[in-house]
Amino acid sequence: MRNVFTICAKELKSYFTSPIAYLLMALFGLIFGYFFFSATVFFVNQGLRAQLGGQQQPMSINDYVISPLLGNASVVGLFLIPLISMRLFAEEKRTGTIELLMTSPISDWEIILGKWLGAMSMYLCVLAVSALNVALLFAWGRPDWRPILTGYLGLILQGGTVLAIGTFISTTTKNQIIAGAATFSVCLLLWVLSWVSSYNDAGWAQAVAYCSILTHFEPFSKGIIDTKDLVFYVSAIFLALFLTSRSLESLRWRA
Amino acid sequence: MIKVEGLTKRYARHVAVKNISFEVSQGEIVGFLGKNGAGKTTTMRVLTCFLPPTAGKASVAGFDVLEQSLEVKKRIGYLPETPPLYPEMEISTYLTFVAKLKGIPAGEIKKRVDEVCERTAIADVKNTIIGKLSKGYRQRVGLAQAIIHNPPVLILDEPTSGLDPEQQREARHLIASLSGDHTIILSTHILSEVEQSCSKVIIINNGEIVASDTVANLHHRRRATESVRIEVSGAPASQVKQCLEKVAGVASVESRESRDGLEAFEVHSLENYSVRPELARAIVQSGWNLTELRTVGESLEEIFLELTKSETSASKDKDKEEEVVAQ
Repeated sequence: MRNVFTICAKELKSYFTSPIAYLLMALFGLIFGYFFFSATVFFVNQGLRAQLGGQQQPMSINDYVISPLLGNASVVGLFLIPLISMRLFAEEKRTGTIELLMTSPISDWEIILGKWLGAMSMYLCVLAVSALNVALLFAWGRPDWRPILTGYLGLILQGGTVLAIGTFISTTTKNQIIAGAATFSVCLLLWVLSWVSSYNDAGWAQAVAYCSILTHFEPFSKGIIDTKDLVFYVSAIFLALFLTSRSLESLRWRA
Repeated sequence: MIKVEGLTKRYARHVAVKNISFEVSQGEIVGFLGKNGAGKTTTMRVLTCFLPPTAGKASVAGFDVLEQSLEVKKRIGYLPETPPLYPEMEISTYLTFVAKLKGIPAGEIKKRVDEVCERTAIADVKNTIIGKLSKGYRQRVGLAQAIIHNPPVLILDEPTSGLDPEQQREARHLIASLSGDHTIILSTHILSEVEQSCSKVIIINNGEIVASDTVANLHHRRRATESVRIEVSGAPASQVKQCLEKVAGVASVESRESRDGLEAFEVHSLENYSVRPELARAIVQSGWNLTELRTVGESLEEIFLELTKSETSASKDKDKEEEVVAQ
């Protein structure tokens, strides 16, 4: 466990010693801030119109602002996460430091878990930027905090899945750019998989759509924790990390 | 301490190491000698558990590299050909990270880091970012990294490559100073380095061991006959030659260059004769000036070239191909 923490800390630190951490946080802050701005402006206008129209029922800030915002954040995440995961192993392979890790008295699993958790911590730092915007809502309104919590849980699970896939892809190449581009393509594919069900009701289409990582996020943003979604994310993370360990081991055999 | 039996490592398209066996006992410094692509790095990578062997066995301190790799890794300090450094880290941060990886108890880490910095003479640049260091310093940080957990076995892959002569000398001193408590295997293609720092030499060619002996024995082995270079002044070459040929035990005398009144010769002895004292006496008694007399040839370099030559000419094309793949 100590080794996992050592590697995790080293990874997180190396994000922050390079510009990538600040770039990601700034980018995410900018994009999320833009979404936040348009969502709240829309909400305020709608609210005014409803009041003038004499509507008694209050509008839910959770439904109108937070849920779509978190949905947007999950898509933005798909674009940013490959930038976090791409260097994990590709960089070590290129500079030869992988030899240090693999000849130290630690197991492959400790290396993989450490790196994945390091990337997760980086992703959490990026997500934390969005908490600023959400905090503003609490300052001037009374949103329900429970769906926000489940929404973030969903973001973390989805991010963890994509990061695990990215970690696996990063072990297959020495080139960060290739690792990043491949991870991005896979993310894009996993996103658009869900679109098939919109024009096809057949069983296979349902099955394909089920594999999309975004369809499993939607319930979370609405405040629903469904076991089926939890199981999907957790098993996807496990599968991807398992593939990573296989890939790392095959490095030894193929050399 | 280190035992290798019938070790073979096959890559997808070629065999890097073929059925080699050797042993290294505690406290020895062994030089691993061979051309590029001969299989030095592969053997070291097997010993450090970075690569599994295709066939055969290797063990370090009694632990098998395949079955008990964790135990082996604890006991090995490894400096790969390119030091495994993170350029964005400071030296002290890097060494602390490595110390944690190697399982040094948290309380002792700072002490160990200071110790190895002192020992490898990098204490004054401890807080410099590794990316800004010169090649010589990087190599030293690499060495510091390898010895930080005070391992009984050190495996150094070309520890002096890319250093200037001054730094090479320092590195050799450092390695020699480590020899007391560590068993060391170092690979190199600088022959004088082996002569200076190693107690034993393993010469490897095309993945096979062609010689494994002490430096002295290797010299000795090929010194049944003696070749002596002589320079004489103040005498005509033909007379000197005649005189030298009469000395007991001399097989042949060849005239070499002559300049400024100096005449140079190379004298070859018969087997099991030591002709140097007699040669000196013969010249002095003739009233000439003896300006130089020394044994020539049979340096480690020549031994090495001869041992690795025979097979290369036999399968030259194949070698070239293999070397390319190996790199």
